[in-house]
Amino acid sequence: MTIDARGKACPQPVVLSLHALADLKEGEVLEVWVDNEAAVENLKRMAAQKGRSASVQQESDFWRVFIGEGAQDTVQSAPQPSCGCTVMGADAVVAVGTDVMGRGSDELGRALLKSFLYALAQLETPPRTLLFFNGGAKLTVEGSQSLEDLRELESRGTEILTCGTCLDYYGLKEKLAVGSITNMYRIAEILTQADRLVNL
Amino acid sequence: MDEIKLTKLAECAGCGAKVGAGELSKLLEGLKVRQDLNLLVGYDRSDDASVYKLSDELALVQTVDFFPPIADDPYTFGAIAAANALSDVYAMGGEPKLALNVMAVPEDMPKEAVHAILRGGYEKAYEAGAIITGGHSIYDKEPKYGMAVTGFVHPDKLLTNSGAQPGDVLLYTKPVGIGVLTAGIKGGLCDEETRKFAEGLMMTLNKYARDMMVNYRVHACTDVTGFGMLGHLLEMAQGSGAEVHLDLSGITFIPQALELSRLGVLPAGVYRNRHFAQHWVEAGETELAVQDLLYDPQTSGGLMMAVHPEDAPALLEALRQDNRVPAPQLVGRVEPYQSGKRIYLH
Repeated sequence: MTIDARGKACPQPVVLSLHALADLKEGEVLEVWVDNEAAVENLKRMAAQKGRSASVQQESDFWRVFIGEGAQDTVQSAPQPSCGCTVMGADAVVAVGTDVMGRGSDELGRALLKSFLYALAQLETPPRTLLFFNGGAKLTVEGSQSLEDLRELESRGTEILTCGTCLDYYGLKEKLAVGSITNMYRIAEILTQADRLVNL
Repeated sequence: MDEIKLTKLAECAGCGAKVGAGELSKLLEGLKVRQDLNLLVGYDRSDDASVYKLSDELALVQTVDFFPPIADDPYTFGAIAAANALSDVYAMGGEPKLALNVMAVPEDMPKEAVHAILRGGYEKAYEAGAIITGGHSIYDKEPKYGMAVTGFVHPDKLLTNSGAQPGDVLLYTKPVGIGVLTAGIKGGLCDEETRKFAEGLMMTLNKYARDMMVNYRVHACTDVTGFGMLGHLLEMAQGSGAEVHLDLSGITFIPQALELSRLGVLPAGVYRNRHFAQHWVEAGETELAVQDLLYDPQTSGGLMMAVHPEDAPALLEALRQDNRVPAPQLVGRVEPYQSGKRIYLH
């Protein structure tokens, strides 16, 4: 899995990586792209604390940090967060396949969905991933009323993914304004592996 | 729905936004300044505020400090920025008297939010016994708030960061790790209670610690802010021609901050401060996460005092009796400089 955390100020890269680690399959390596040395150092510390190996590859204007398995024995005894800092509380996936919430009035449904996304952004532990497809793809593009809430979620570590085929279908591919584009393989993977799935 | 979240508008948080100490002296290099014998503390000394002697009984203490939002709530941000600005006067042993607001706000920021920032500032100034007499505000995409503060001190009672003497005991007044905790909060890793705890610490005036310390033989004082505990101690050790030995078992670290530090949830200022000071620090076997907290920029941190060894126990006890002083602690001692490192961690 690769995370592009360039342009993100500390501690955002490490927060995104912490969420991603929970997702990682056995043997899989997490690759994180960062553009400042503080982020590289933060990731090394995080890897050590999580009992993982970290290696760094410097490119012309950024760093690739590879976080793999290994070094587990030496650090496993290290204390895990037990304070008010719930680091991995959020493992929920929210799948949004529509631009309205519930059946009945579409006008009301649109307002409800906007307000639902706002509420998600206010949760103490926001979901791990938000998936947008079909009508839902209209929510992550320019002109969407929910962009600010989605950006807030993203800054708090939520992964925001929109189905590329759907953006194409609605002619919105150039207009994506938050998160990144994904394909059906990834969507299938996320939906089938989710610990807690919320379908809209 | 329209509740404003200030930290979303900020690039860096609080004292983490400070220009590094090494960077600053380069920027000031070769600039022409007038000499004046009444200027007791000026820019040539890395101190908290400048001090100008008006008479044998009275010296003027001046300082300015402002930064982008460190809290989402406008009132809280205003109060923290004010407590932080006022602190420099307390660190010189002085009492703040006059203050001017320094403010930048986005044009479209709701009036109620701007008013709440100012209310936070005014309430802290009132608590400090200072009068806000005016200020200056401009429009800027990123909000900023703080104060220029003028205070007074008796020239003989002036406390600089360069008066520490070998044998002095180092006392500190707030728990360590405020910057890391703020980073964890910004990253969405902390709960509401932790956020309130951090904000409460930053809003606490150093007035009460200062009012207590002036009754004892304190030789040097500084407030620990953007350069972290080690950065400010380095300035004290170098300015005093001494070295400092810290007893880590005596230092009160915020437990959540230590856990976040171990996870690498660190603001960039930690690395700036480390880069600036580490050459002078003998860290021995100290755990990396603990070192990081000692380099952590403390927005509105506490007072670090070098106290005559005979007075230190009584002052420490007096500070502990006052619940407006968050965490009185004995962190180490001052020794004669031995030509090696300036700070030793034990």
